[in-house]
Amino acid sequence: MSSFIGRRSLSSGISLIGLIVLIFFLSRLTGDPTGLYLPLDASLEARDNFRVVHGLNDPLIQQFGRYVADILQLDFGESIRKARPALEVVLEAFPWTLWLAAVTLFCVTIAAIVIGSLAAFNVGGPFDRLSGMLSLAAASAPDFWIAILGIFLFSVNLGWVPTSGTGTVWHWVLPVSVLFIRPFGLIMQVVRGSMINALSSAYVKTARAKGVKERSIIFVHALRNAMLPVVTVIGDQAAGMLNGAVVVETIFGFPGIGKLMIDSILQRDFTVVLAAIMVTALAIFLMNLLIDLLYAVLDPRIRY
Amino acid sequence: MIASTLKCARSPAEALAPPRHPSVAMLKMLWADKFALAAAIFLLIALFCAIFGPSLMEEAATKLNLRDRNAPPFDTERGWMFVLGADSLGRSILARILVASQNTLLIAAASVAFAMLVGGTLGLIAGYSGRRVSDTIMRLADVIMSFPSLLLAVIVLYMLEPSILNLVFVLAITRIPIYLRTTRAEVLEIRERMFIQAAQVMGASSARIILRHMLPIVIPTLVTIGTLDFAFVMLAESSLSFLGIGIQPPEITWGLMIAQGRAYLNQAWWLAFWPGVAIILTTMSLNLLSGWLRIALDPLQRWRLEMGGNNNAN
Repeated sequence: MSSFIGRRSLSSGISLIGLIVLIFFLSRLTGDPTGLYLPLDASLEARDNFRVVHGLNDPLIQQFGRYVADILQLDFGESIRKARPALEVVLEAFPWTLWLAAVTLFCVTIAAIVIGSLAAFNVGGPFDRLSGMLSLAAASAPDFWIAILGIFLFSVNLGWVPTSGTGTVWHWVLPVSVLFIRPFGLIMQVVRGSMINALSSAYVKTARAKGVKERSIIFVHALRNAMLPVVTVIGDQAAGMLNGAVVVETIFGFPGIGKLMIDSILQRDFTVVLAAIMVTALAIFLMNLLIDLLYAVLDPRIRY
Repeated sequence: MIASTLKCARSPAEALAPPRHPSVAMLKMLWADKFALAAAIFLLIALFCAIFGPSLMEEAATKLNLRDRNAPPFDTERGWMFVLGADSLGRSILARILVASQNTLLIAAASVAFAMLVGGTLGLIAGYSGRRVSDTIMRLADVIMSFPSLLLAVIVLYMLEPSILNLVFVLAITRIPIYLRTTRAEVLEIRERMFIQAAQVMGASSARIILRHMLPIVIPTLVTIGTLDFAFVMLAESSLSFLGIGIQPPEITWGLMIAQGRAYLNQAWWLAFWPGVAIILTTMSLNLLSGWLRIALDPLQRWRLEMGGNNNAN
């Protein structure tokens, strides 16, 4: 087990290093990094001063060494917009996104398992076809469009939920529902496919022959074995949820890492962008590791 | 029902007839699936708009008419051009959607083509060459895969300037691993087949084996994934344009139109609504068509797509 964690960390570590190198060279590729760090209207003196202070006139290899050393010490510099350490700003926003993703993923998992199992139980039936159509539509819809239509319909016209911000439970309803749509369609399809496999297996036939209740066959016998591919997809989606979170957080004014990143980009606050990237990458790395371990717990046959 | 039974009864005679041209067979299969047929027809119309839309509609799409600002849809007195309403500057929304279809579809098509070309080539190389080259290429794919694609695009577009070319480049890069992994998986399997060994024994060069013997088998899979991916890339581009780091005005895409309409949501919902409908119809058609292609081209390879190209993750 520990050798597996080591191997896995190594391979993800290489990806992390790749990302760090990529960002360094991209930020130097544009010519003048002061353009990234300083506001657009910064004076020439300010730019020169910045270059000297941060050693941007040094050879590239020296700059790279310093950049890596800073990252290892978790020192990303000061946020220009907030005049505070960039990491602090990022770590403040991160839990919001984490909660949003967790709540959404929880709802998605429950809904996808229930509906996917029911669809698999009667393949080709009306419920199966209806849920198939819905998941296709869900996969095709642009989430930002759904989001603003949702605001228009439920907040502006009906006044059921607030348009943006946080504070009460009601503030979470729209963001979670919008973020819910895309992963739900996908995970439901995977649950369905994997349940169809499980339901046609020998142990389910045995259970039927013994006269076990249908409900208990679906949810106890088949589901547990059908969960394996589902866990993988949920893991993929959890990382991908950051994609949706960027859009959803921006629209609903949700103070998470996606909104922070877009705001920092639009106002050219590069240190925060850099810190946000690194924190996100690290979080994704840890989550992938967690999912591999969960895999082993769910299926005792898997040994690393 | 009876008609189909009759058809079946006649089929032995048909089977004796010389085989039809493959494209005829494809059309017949398309005809059989009405959803896929509707999707294909819609996509053809969209393609027509993308090619001819700007030259036909440019004038109508840019003509300001401040008296008709935010004119509501389904109002017949302004003529059919304004059937979907007018935007905040009194321009016809229908015309703007038609003009924007060019950028929207072009960016997605170019990204998919680029990703498919690069990913396919690297996948062929990774699958056919030795372990070290293969590992290096796969690690590269892992780096890209290990980070959410939209975030990656956001970051790169921030550092490079947002232009159509950069947008295509970024979107393509985030999609390359899908094609790479699929091609490699397929090549690894084809490599062991008898006809490849036969070609090797007969002294065919590696290039010939890859291009003449492997590529034709891989291409249908790539095309199917590409169709699905087209929808994904279109949504990604729309999101980026919506966030303000994709296409910049005065260029327009459907995603940007939604972003511009958002400010007027309270007075005129149709500004943001119709471009979204255009996006949904296109992506839905692509999804339907890709599902059909998957079955039409090769029923045995369905599993590759269901795994989303992730089948050799470890």
